[in-house]
Amino acid sequence: MIRLKVNGKERTFDGDPDMPLLWYLRDMAGLTGTKFGCGMALCGACTVHQNGEAIRSCSTAMKEVSGAEITTIEGIAPMHPVQKAWMEIKVPQCGYCQTGQIMQAIAFLKDNKNPTDQDIDTVMSGNLCRCGTYQRIRAAIHQAAKETA
Amino acid sequence: MKLIENVSRRRFVQGALAGGVLILSARYAPRLLRAADDPAAPAALEPYLWMAISSDGTVTIVAHRSEMGCGSRTALPLVVADELDADWSRVKIDQAIGDPKYGDQDTDGSHSVRSYFDQMRQVGAAGRAMLISAAAAQWKVSRKDCTTEPHFVVHRSSGRKLGYGELAAAAAKLPVPKTEDLPLKSRSEWRYIGKDNSLFDLPDIVTGKATFGMDATMPGMVYASIEHPPVLGQKIKSYDDKAALKVAGVKQTLTIDPFKPPHEFQPLGGVAVIADNTWAAFQGRKSLKIEWDSSPHSVYNSAAYRKTLEATSRQPGKVVRNIGDVDAEFAKGGKIVDAEYYAPHLAHASMEPPVAVAEYRDGKVLAWAPTQNPQAVQDTVATALGIKKEDVTCHVTLLGGGFGRKSKPDQVAEAALLSKQLGKPVKVVWTREDDIHFDFFHSVAAMYMKAAVGPNGKPTAWLQRSVFPPINSTFDAAATYGDDEMGLGWNNLPFDIPNHRAENGPADYHVRIGWLRSVANIYHAFAIQSFADELAKAANKDSVEYLLGLIGPPRMVNLEYKEDEAEEKQRYPFDTARLRRVIEIAADKSGWGKRTIGQRRGLGIAAHRSFLTYVATVVEVEVDNKGQVHIPGVWTAVDAGTVVSSDNVRNQFEGAAVFGTSLALFGEITATNGVIDQSNFNDYPITRMNRAPRQISVHVVDSDAPPAGVGEPGVPPFAPALCNAVFAATGKRVRELPLSKTKLV
Repeated sequence: MIRLKVNGKERTFDGDPDMPLLWYLRDMAGLTGTKFGCGMALCGACTVHQNGEAIRSCSTAMKEVSGAEITTIEGIAPMHPVQKAWMEIKVPQCGYCQTGQIMQAIAFLKDNKNPTDQDIDTVMSGNLCRCGTYQRIRAAIHQAAKETA
Repeated sequence: MKLIENVSRRRFVQGALAGGVLILSARYAPRLLRAADDPAAPAALEPYLWMAISSDGTVTIVAHRSEMGCGSRTALPLVVADELDADWSRVKIDQAIGDPKYGDQDTDGSHSVRSYFDQMRQVGAAGRAMLISAAAAQWKVSRKDCTTEPHFVVHRSSGRKLGYGELAAAAAKLPVPKTEDLPLKSRSEWRYIGKDNSLFDLPDIVTGKATFGMDATMPGMVYASIEHPPVLGQKIKSYDDKAALKVAGVKQTLTIDPFKPPHEFQPLGGVAVIADNTWAAFQGRKSLKIEWDSSPHSVYNSAAYRKTLEATSRQPGKVVRNIGDVDAEFAKGGKIVDAEYYAPHLAHASMEPPVAVAEYRDGKVLAWAPTQNPQAVQDTVATALGIKKEDVTCHVTLLGGGFGRKSKPDQVAEAALLSKQLGKPVKVVWTREDDIHFDFFHSVAAMYMKAAVGPNGKPTAWLQRSVFPPINSTFDAAATYGDDEMGLGWNNLPFDIPNHRAENGPADYHVRIGWLRSVANIYHAFAIQSFADELAKAANKDSVEYLLGLIGPPRMVNLEYKEDEAEEKQRYPFDTARLRRVIEIAADKSGWGKRTIGQRRGLGIAAHRSFLTYVATVVEVEVDNKGQVHIPGVWTAVDAGTVVSSDNVRNQFEGAAVFGTSLALFGEITATNGVIDQSNFNDYPITRMNRAPRQISVHVVDSDAPPAGVGEPGVPPFAPALCNAVFAATGKRVRELPLSKTKLV
């Protein structure tokens, strides 16, 4: 039996301990804001927070999050300054990768209140966007950083 | 012809619009119907619902096109709302199911706004006129003394106001004005059209509430993951599922029959693992042991195939456009320049892999899918299950990218077939590896170019040949020549050259070939715009000046459209003045010729008209001492005619530069013995933020011309502009994509 907290709520899981957190969140907890993109931690669409740190839920087994506090996009109280910046800059096209991008950006801005372009590129290059909204993502992160500073 | 009708009191009004008091529909004569290639679709004369206003003032507008990130689900309802003079915050959007009564729902070809702009205006204007009439009658004043402000009719002199909700019931009793009498707003009166509107779904997207196909569920559903034959056309010889069935959560396995040629959008066949969650289904698949029989496509090896394509490109092909006599000009023995270009297969790699949920019950199918073409879902599922098309209901979710892949609904048919066998709803989830192995790939292509160059450096003759496995092989297994591909940047060369011939050579297919964002324009523009730059450099001329000289004086290009596009030819002539203007703007914005570029840096330009939109792109590159290409800047100028959401247009062209970067720098799909070599983002990389252009500036030309396309046309000029910039920076000519194949240091 694995115990964990998801968005502040206590949960238990007694299935395959090797199951990635992603599929627990999506298929069992019904939290579909976290997306499946590659299954190999290559695209970042599945990004959630484990004790406040950004992780790739597609490659994090349930046994690794025993006792952890997990936050998904559904656990972010809207409108977070990052979400607000995403709205104002009109970042998304299809939108599929954007919850992962936003979760990565929120965790990043906690550690780096005033990031440079280079800082943003380094961290955000783990999150793919096939529509190609990177320029707007970078602008939105700068804007959110200003707002929270 | 189309008529807008008041159907407020008709019984057939169902669904989201049924709560409306004033409901307008549209009716088509079949001429406009291109859906499912069935000009005599029986439902053609059945009206369909566009827009309803309920007594609380809620305006519901139907979006009949799919949303995959290009913004049509927002743009078309915005046009209705603008002409209706509705308050956008009180508008709801109802996504249409697939049904031929909506006309064409295949969201491809960058034509959602182009094809429906006028009609959406008319629907909105009809509603506004009826609401004004209702208010005027209530106030006993002349209609002419009334106007609107968002969601209200206003009596000008007295300032009295009535809300649209209050007026809906009275307006519903009025006749619809004739189309020719509809008072359309003047352009200066538009509130939304041409402004920086946000996507309707934006708040749901940033909060994770938006429902994509991957997020669709049905009560009691099970999950399926399918092992497809590795080579197109292989069938199962035998399989052993003992180990798979031992995986926790796996319930059973089922087979799916292979397709019968031509493959069309049919499932590929294979073994499905059914489980109670997605992960278990994936795990079960890994334990399957399957023996496949042989396929004629096992001979497919990309390196050898390339040689065949190139050999064909050196031979005379089918002539698709001929002006003057290139052979006579070549025979004169002047200066001849020729070059060969090559571009590989590409995969779409939408962030959301193919997925669908379907339930078969009592001879009918209900499906939820991220599809670009819900009517193709109806056709494909109906054929696969042997039921009637009208017994397939397809709901359309948001699409996590599409780029052309999701106009092919093979995975929906898989879900429906499995549901029929299991008696419960099934969700089929493709892995990223499935997506890349079993795509409908963008064609590999070889192009041969030859020019005779006059004393002023300008060509006197220009021959171009392209050879590629055609998209038509999807529908006709014997097809070897291009069809629609010829209109995609090949039979409409806008250059002012007295002798010109365009040809197309035959090629066999060995994988499924399909449309990918801008399609054949990608390789055609690569060859034409690279060759133009080669000629410029051979003549020792400035590339921009030379390109303008090739295009020649402003004029209408003689087009060779197919007959059914005759109307487009009249409405959208190929105006070289517009092409010249985007070149001049892009060059100007980039500082072309006006600034020092620096060591190992260079600017390149390319211009291409596709989907009736004129685009020029300047790319700046820096090639570092390891030969890696960096892109500090991109300047794109776009003339797409009238645009609905300016900011979204800029976003589309910014994205096209990134999509172009992916295909220019890394994009390559290859096959070995018929099996695709790539599988995920590790070996089929797409551009990450650190390799994307640092700064992309998009200039949208202010235009009153009819709307053209915006989703695709940004892609074609990007790769040639980049490669031309690489030449400027390094003196190395890139004649093959991706660029990673050419050593730059």
